[in-house]
Amino acid sequence: MRAVVTVTGKDNKGIIAKVSGFLSEKGANIEDISQTILGEYFAMIMIVDVSAVEQELSALAAECAELGKQIGMSIYVQHEDIFNAMHNV
Amino acid sequence: MFSNNDVLETIAMVEKEHLDIRTITMGISLLGCIRDSAEETARKVYDLVCKKAENIVKTARDLSGEYGIPIVNKRVSVTPVSLLCAAFPEKAPLIGKALDDAAETLGIDFLGGYSALVHKATADYERKFIRTIPEVLATTKRLCSSVNVGSTKSGINMEAVKMMGEAFKEAALLTKDQDGIGAAKLVAFCNAVEDNPFMAGAFHGVGEADTVVNVGVSGPGVVKHALEKIPEADLTEAAEMIKRTAFKITRAGQLVAKEAARRLNAQFGIVDLSLAPTPAMGDSVAQILEELGIECVGGHGTTAALAMLNDAVKKGGVMASSRVGGLSGAFIPVSEDIGMIRAAEKGAITLDKLEAMTCVCSVGLDMIAIPGDTPATTIAAIIADEAAIGMINQKTTAVRIIPAPGKDVGDEVSFGGLLGRAPIMPVHKTDSSKLINRGGNIPAPIHSFKN
Repeated sequence: MRAVVTVTGKDNKGIIAKVSGFLSEKGANIEDISQTILGEYFAMIMIVDVSAVEQELSALAAECAELGKQIGMSIYVQHEDIFNAMHNV
Repeated sequence: MFSNNDVLETIAMVEKEHLDIRTITMGISLLGCIRDSAEETARKVYDLVCKKAENIVKTARDLSGEYGIPIVNKRVSVTPVSLLCAAFPEKAPLIGKALDDAAETLGIDFLGGYSALVHKATADYERKFIRTIPEVLATTKRLCSSVNVGSTKSGINMEAVKMMGEAFKEAALLTKDQDGIGAAKLVAFCNAVEDNPFMAGAFHGVGEADTVVNVGVSGPGVVKHALEKIPEADLTEAAEMIKRTAFKITRAGQLVAKEAARRLNAQFGIVDLSLAPTPAMGDSVAQILEELGIECVGGHGTTAALAMLNDAVKKGGVMASSRVGGLSGAFIPVSEDIGMIRAAEKGAITLDKLEAMTCVCSVGLDMIAIPGDTPATTIAAIIADEAAIGMINQKTTAVRIIPAPGKDVGDEVSFGGLLGRAPIMPVHKTDSSKLINRGGNIPAPIHSFKN
């Protein structure tokens, strides 16, 4: 099962390290990563395999949102199906 | 596969534009609960609803967490209760109480189906049942009630229309300490649908499966935002943009509906394509119409803009879902839409204009507060007008109107939450009682004879 992790907010040092470190601790495997910086605005999108994560996806999403608050970013973890559904005919 | 922009667009829809799944509604057939006595039936009803919908709140929370899209309401609709108590209609309130208790146990916000279908005529047990509605709505919290008083096939049952005028009045009076909230949980329908997930008019039709999950999507804010990006577009382009946006919103609903049905061991019923506003800023259908170029909703051109919006939403949505149903259209409840509230406060929108708007959109005169001294026959006449629009146009129409006790034009009612607040709107003071008191039926229109 794959999820999309989206991190947005004001650019800062060590964001990728903190988020990817947290995800790997949870057992998630990052398959793809891309990031853009528009001015001071940072946006990173990761495709993550969460099959080996023990907790439920909703719980992981909640913890990531919490981590986001701590580092001053907004972090979303969403099942990839939502994007496939909304953006493909 | 999707692009990074698609991901960011979806997140912006949720964060800034109020995209949400408005409701997951589980429809439950209660026909198997009928027993010899009302007491026994009520017990069975409570047990079955609690068992079937046991996991609805958790499932909604899980899905919301997994997909990152809020699911605002969890609800249950049931078989019209009048059918369960045909043998003991005076004791129907016992079933109502059991359903309200079940809703509380489950932690859902509304349960619909304290309903009767009397579109052709009123059976004796239905008459007795309808008389219990005001009291039941006053003594329960989460229970909603609806009565189908007409249909394109059968015409309009004017006896039922008259009774509903009285029921609204009484339901409001019995809850006068809460601005007449009883009436806000009551709907009079013409051409009621059996798979509507939205309250207060949801019930589970007898033509449905045992247990069904119906989902109502929303997202007026998303549509408005999409239109803001093309301020100079002509209306053909605007309609196209609405279609594309409705497609995306509905796809989210379809995904959630199918997955929710699977997890709840129910059949996937329908996705309802309605644009349902909330009192929150930027979550308003009225503001879409204003974005299209009406200075204030209610002004000339409102009906045309709404017709286009409603049609485009359907076209985009139908393509996105394998099963579409319910009411599927733009809702225009006055108290639940910040743009409508403002227009009503300014006197820019009137009951007459709202009635015209209901000719081209779902569903009807919704959440409108009127003076408390409005006669029951005038309310019945308003219901008759709305039912006539539904009957002739072969569409669902409804009336949910609150004759606010002790209040008059210039005052306001406030219910809080999704039900919102509404200024009292004036009604015509002329007398319609002779029409209402004639009784009988308005015969079905000639174009209903299609066989």
